[in-house]
Amino acid sequence: MTELVFFINQVVIAGAVLGCIYALGAVGITLIFGILRFAHFAHSELMTSGAFFAFMLAALFASWGIVTPIPTGFVVLPLAMVMSAIFALGIDKGFYAPLRKRGAKPVILLIASIGVTLMVQGLIRLFFGAGSYSFFETETKDVFRIDTSFLGSTRPLVITEPQLLMIVVTVISVLALHLFLTRSRLGKAMRAMADNADLAQVSGINTALVVRVTWVVAGALACMAGTMLALDVTLKPDLAFNIIIPIFAAAIVGGLGQAYGAIAGGLLIGFAESLAVFNWTMVLRPLNAVLPEWAQLPATLALVPTEYKLTVAFVILVVVLLVRPTGIFKGASS
Amino acid sequence: MIRRSLSLFAGLFVLILVVGWLMGLPFTSSRLVEAAAYALIALGLNIQWGYGGLFNFGIMGFLMLGGFAVTFMSYPVNAEFWGGDGPMLLGRALLAFALGVLLVLAARRSDRIGITGRWKATLVVLAWFVGYCVYRSQIDPAAAYIEANAGFVGGLGLNAVFGWIFGGILAAGVAYIVGKIALGLRTDYLAIATIGISEIIRALIKNMDWLTRGTLTVSPIPWPTPLPQDYQAGGADQVTALLLARGGYLALAIVVLGLAMWLVSRAYSGPWGRMMRAIRDNHIAAASMGKDVKSRQLEIFIFGSVLMGIGGAMLVSFTQIFDPSSYQPINHTFLIWVMIIVGGAGNNWGAVFGAVLIWLVWVVSEPVAKAIFETISYWSTTVGWSEIPDIESRSAQMRVFVLGLVITIALRYAPKGLIPERVRQDA
Amino acid sequence: MPLIELKHVVGGYGGAPILNGVNMAIEQSDIGVIVGPNGAGKSTTLKAIFGLLKVTAGTIDFLGENVANSLPDKLVPKGLSFVPQEKNVFTSMSVEENLEMGAFTRKDSFAETMAWVYEMFPVLAEKRRQPAGELSGGQRQMVAMGRALMSKPKLLMLDEPSAGLSPRYVIEIFETIVRVNAEGVGILMVEQNARQALAFASKGFVLAGGQNRFTGTGAELIADPEVAKSFLGG
Repeated sequence: MTELVFFINQVVIAGAVLGCIYALGAVGITLIFGILRFAHFAHSELMTSGAFFAFMLAALFASWGIVTPIPTGFVVLPLAMVMSAIFALGIDKGFYAPLRKRGAKPVILLIASIGVTLMVQGLIRLFFGAGSYSFFETETKDVFRIDTSFLGSTRPLVITEPQLLMIVVTVISVLALHLFLTRSRLGKAMRAMADNADLAQVSGINTALVVRVTWVVAGALACMAGTMLALDVTLKPDLAFNIIIPIFAAAIVGGLGQAYGAIAGGLLIGFAESLAVFNWTMVLRPLNAVLPEWAQLPATLALVPTEYKLTVAFVILVVVLLVRPTGIFKGASS
Repeated sequence: MIRRSLSLFAGLFVLILVVGWLMGLPFTSSRLVEAAAYALIALGLNIQWGYGGLFNFGIMGFLMLGGFAVTFMSYPVNAEFWGGDGPMLLGRALLAFALGVLLVLAARRSDRIGITGRWKATLVVLAWFVGYCVYRSQIDPAAAYIEANAGFVGGLGLNAVFGWIFGGILAAGVAYIVGKIALGLRTDYLAIATIGISEIIRALIKNMDWLTRGTLTVSPIPWPTPLPQDYQAGGADQVTALLLARGGYLALAIVVLGLAMWLVSRAYSGPWGRMMRAIRDNHIAAASMGKDVKSRQLEIFIFGSVLMGIGGAMLVSFTQIFDPSSYQPINHTFLIWVMIIVGGAGNNWGAVFGAVLIWLVWVVSEPVAKAIFETISYWSTTVGWSEIPDIESRSAQMRVFVLGLVITIALRYAPKGLIPERVRQDA
Repeated sequence: MPLIELKHVVGGYGGAPILNGVNMAIEQSDIGVIVGPNGAGKSTTLKAIFGLLKVTAGTIDFLGENVANSLPDKLVPKGLSFVPQEKNVFTSMSVEENLEMGAFTRKDSFAETMAWVYEMFPVLAEKRRQPAGELSGGQRQMVAMGRALMSKPKLLMLDEPSAGLSPRYVIEIFETIVRVNAEGVGILMVEQNARQALAFASKGFVLAGGQNRFTGTGAELIADPEVAKSFLGG
């Protein structure tokens, strides 16, 4: 049983946490692609800047002496999401909208998003330096250790408070997003525009409004993903820039333009990454007793060494693109 | 058009003089050598994007391949490695690799013995897995042995020029594989795929310590031309020696660049170039006219990558150190893109102009930002506010912002670049 | 005052104009049919009315107000609706959601209109939960018309509603159009099945080279030997 608990700690919990973050990031990318038809590369910077908004708000709360029962990062999250949404709208208005108006090709918008990536990252580094920050300098990160000895395990099930909250918050947001897309007038209009932008315009749908709503939703979700990532590890200027490949992989694997596909893709890649680097020796060690001398298990027996974790997402991406180019949930083809 | 280009280049020359006057000769001469290497790299991207319309976000990977190639070819021979069991172990790993390849190939042909459909797919996956395990079972101990006993495999002790050539060959080989997999994809997917590949190359080179020494870095890597020390040994004083040595390197770099430009413009003005333009502007029409779009695109992707490999090798031999952890997508991929966008995609002179200009802007924005911050800090302290903290590190980050600003401004106000592509009437 | 009146409309996609002075007037009780050879500017006329291309000269008066170069999100609430020829349904959305999108500009309750649409197209009521992409060509055309009717338009414009449909469905669609017109919706449509469409048209327009060549009632145009010879295939 000890082995199973270890497996749950290393793969199930870690994979779920990672998967949640990827999913929330990928949803934004996929929505923007569905509506505006370009790969928004600067999404990583929306995530990072969102985390910094939350960090500043949390620091402000701390300086006012406000103590919250749950990590302050989660308390200030709604406010930070609003700030991020406004920030995303500003970026669109300042950099993408003029290019769209000129009728620039999607690939030009993709290059422009690189420019935005560099600018935002430059600004973050300018104000915060290149070092890393923690949300838990003044408060403690609670760790829940669930005793599993009744199952005959010597190890406890370990999950931190932010991780638990993160999973809960993600589930709530995904449900909210689902209701928004299937029940609300604007959500349906968003799906309509992603399906057929010309017809949406002909139907009298205010496409400019839909574009704005898309940025608001994508910005808010990016802030949520970035903040939660920062709560789980540490906050640094290249926080999300380093995971943009798995996030894009999640969006593409799920089928670009497909919100549910992005969520599935995010979880898939999150679990695949933690499974790939999992050290099987820890689980299979009892076998050493029965295995002959020459076939003893090595100290680490992982499918992929930890240094190459990043390649996992990429290999999945390539395989999916070769086998099913439109993604698992048939995405946009143009 | 010609007049505009000439005046832009004249302006660039003045800028170089100003930088030289402000920052001193040693600084400026180094930057010029690097600028020549970047011009070669930008030329490579210009071929891919400007001529072929192919997206490559994996430039960093090709630069690293070039850097590794030149390190491997020109670094002195490591006697400890060749004297030990290392070569034998590596040979075994190579055999295991070949065995793995054979297994996969065999599995892919299993339909000949009647295994088809789902069973064949399962068999192929299984073959991949077994092949991978066999290879890992040999390479892991070999790597551990070499790292423990010899450090790393060392080099071959050849002239660096061979390393540059090898860099080109290595880049070509990888570009072939990448192109085979990814070139059929849509632009957005190609962008992500190439980023992913460059990240894999980075992860490999950074972590294969037995081959590259990884984060421990390799230095000093010899120059293809005499070093300043060599001239000094010959009796020249310090400044002359430095100038002679850097001048020699710069001359060699410019010869390579000139050769590449001559080859590229010859090829591009011929029938091959006409076909490339036809494919870029309308690949569906070109395909329906019977042009083999995919292999033409593969050619152009490989050709561009070769230049990137060579350029990457030139940069590493110049700085004399190969440090895999110093490679960053911002500095080694996006920087090149800014050069092309600002200079003018589809125009070789535009690419060269953009490369030199942006490289200067990139290296100068740090000291300029520092000066600005210090001035503001001085004013803020005199009016009683606090000074700006950490000016050093902040100004180092300023250039990333400047780069982003330059690219967005260029896209908005000069989308075709400063020296735009000349639209020919021959098509 | 006619419901819509086009006076000397000139327009195109930025290059040389495709429309070189189109004149048209439709009453709310009318069924107007535009016929003419390929490239005559038939679909372009509808798109010009709907603000999908630039009108450089002339006026388009809808209910007495010049609406030239207004965008669809302003035109739909005024009472104009348009069914494009191709890709005229949201394939990934259900039939009912397609209809809802047609009512996007409406602030009031549209349940009654939806019931009316379902009454007109009973087959859609059966398939209301099914994605529109899974329907047959004729049913898709019904979804597209239903969507356009959800905004309670005064004028419904259709671009080749019978294109690609089997003869049985062509008749069905034409019958539906007549029925919609009888409920008080003006119709302006482009048709390839010219003779068939002109047979029930109260107004017919023959366009060639972006200009009116003949105007009259449908019956008049069919009877005109010159129109019959040049545009209706003998």
